[in-house]
Amino acid sequence: MVDQTRSSGRGAGLLKGLGVTFKTMTKRSITDQYPDVKPELPPRSRGVIALMDENCTSCMLCARECPDWCIYIDSHKETIPAPETGGRERTRNVLDRFAIDFSLCMYCGICIEVCPFDALFWSPEFEYAEFDIRNMVHEKERLVAWMETVPAPPAVDSRAEEPKELIAARKAVEKAAQAPSVDDHGEA
Amino acid sequence: MSTVVEVALHIVVVLAAFLTLPLLVGQMEHKAMAHMQSRVGPMYAGGFHGWAQLIADGVKFAQKEDITPAAADARVYRLAPAVALIPYLVVMVAIPIGPGLIGQDVDAGIFFILAVMGIGVLGTLMAGWASANKYSLIGAVRQASQLLAYELPFVLAAASVAMAAGTLSLVGIVDAWEPWWLLWQLPGAIVFFIAGLAELNRPPFDMPVADAEIIFGPLTEYTGLRFALFLLAEYAGIVVLCLLTSVLFLGGWQGPIFDSWVWTLAKAGVLAFVVIWLRVSYPRLRADQLQRLAWQGLIPVALLQLLLTGVVRVAW
Repeated sequence: MVDQTRSSGRGAGLLKGLGVTFKTMTKRSITDQYPDVKPELPPRSRGVIALMDENCTSCMLCARECPDWCIYIDSHKETIPAPETGGRERTRNVLDRFAIDFSLCMYCGICIEVCPFDALFWSPEFEYAEFDIRNMVHEKERLVAWMETVPAPPAVDSRAEEPKELIAARKAVEKAAQAPSVDDHGEA
Repeated sequence: MSTVVEVALHIVVVLAAFLTLPLLVGQMEHKAMAHMQSRVGPMYAGGFHGWAQLIADGVKFAQKEDITPAAADARVYRLAPAVALIPYLVVMVAIPIGPGLIGQDVDAGIFFILAVMGIGVLGTLMAGWASANKYSLIGAVRQASQLLAYELPFVLAAASVAMAAGTLSLVGIVDAWEPWWLLWQLPGAIVFFIAGLAELNRPPFDMPVADAEIIFGPLTEYTGLRFALFLLAEYAGIVVLCLLTSVLFLGGWQGPIFDSWVWTLAKAGVLAFVVIWLRVSYPRLRADQLQRLAWQGLIPVALLQLLLTGVVRVAW
């Protein structure tokens, strides 16, 4: 009895198998024709780390947090003359060298997470293979150039919490709008 | 003098068909199999959708070193690819493509073809024995058992058609063929096609060359051109099987509206696609499944077909 149901099911299975392969043939194949056609990568792809050097304060947090110690930062202090007479002179850090050794980097993204000034970004760019491992250390110029390939951040989900910056901005506007009415009351 | 020219012309045409049709089937296999697996297949060789891939493969094979293992039985080992390939070339001569379009009409065409095709398998057995490799030997023994099991239904199914047409000549069979034979000879056609697949070691009957188990069976030790000849023999075998099936069971060049060699080739082309289709769809049969299919499935069906053919012939 069991054997019979099996044998009748087997014939159906054979036809089904033929159907699956034929249907697959009529559909478009999923192959990415990579060198000819660039792949469409998701926005959060971890291809390479790009640097926005204007935002970097050489605080060294990224270099210290890096588990592989693959970030090299050199900087020097520069004195800015006081903006007004009698004021105090300010010093600021000037970034001389910012390099990431991608032969050591394990693409954990901790440096990007830890950067307090949003100077580091993930880019989906991945075509930076080299023939020699020593050429995998990429300097500031290259890292800055990769900024162009950083995609715009994905839109916030419609039901997500409002970004903190927007909340702060709206509160400021409301405060400014309320302030004159308080004045009105005071005069009346 | 004119007969000499005629013979030479026939030989050249058959040789050209022998060298191009297997490549066409191979290319179709590349592309159809790729798309059935949601891939694209060769895309670069030749520029347009990899049409020259098999030519490139051939050039590559020709450049490779021809190695004969030290322990091999050198003469048998070197002869095996030729023994595997040449029978199919000889068979091609006797298969009619269109009315009057045949290399050489043989009176007992079916006998001739079945006998010569049997030799082709001998090449694989020779290769397996002479390679001095245990995997090759296992493959050859599997091949032998498969041959024993499937040659019988193959011949029985062909005999049914010969009986129906009352002639052993392939041209005679096509001339006697009528469309309702499609139904009458259907079981025989299916048995013939499946048994033919098994003789060619096509998946799902590729146990003798099962690459995941025994490397490549009898072909394990072969390199370069000799290996390419074995592959060519496989694809020439597909061409021969598909042409034979369309000539014996599908009416050859008979077709709606007009009769032409185009029909034979079209029918054979569709069958070749089915060969590839089956390869992609089914996993390899185990040894016992293979034997059971032959002895408990195909041979009884072929015998019943013979009975049916005989009864209908006598009753008509």
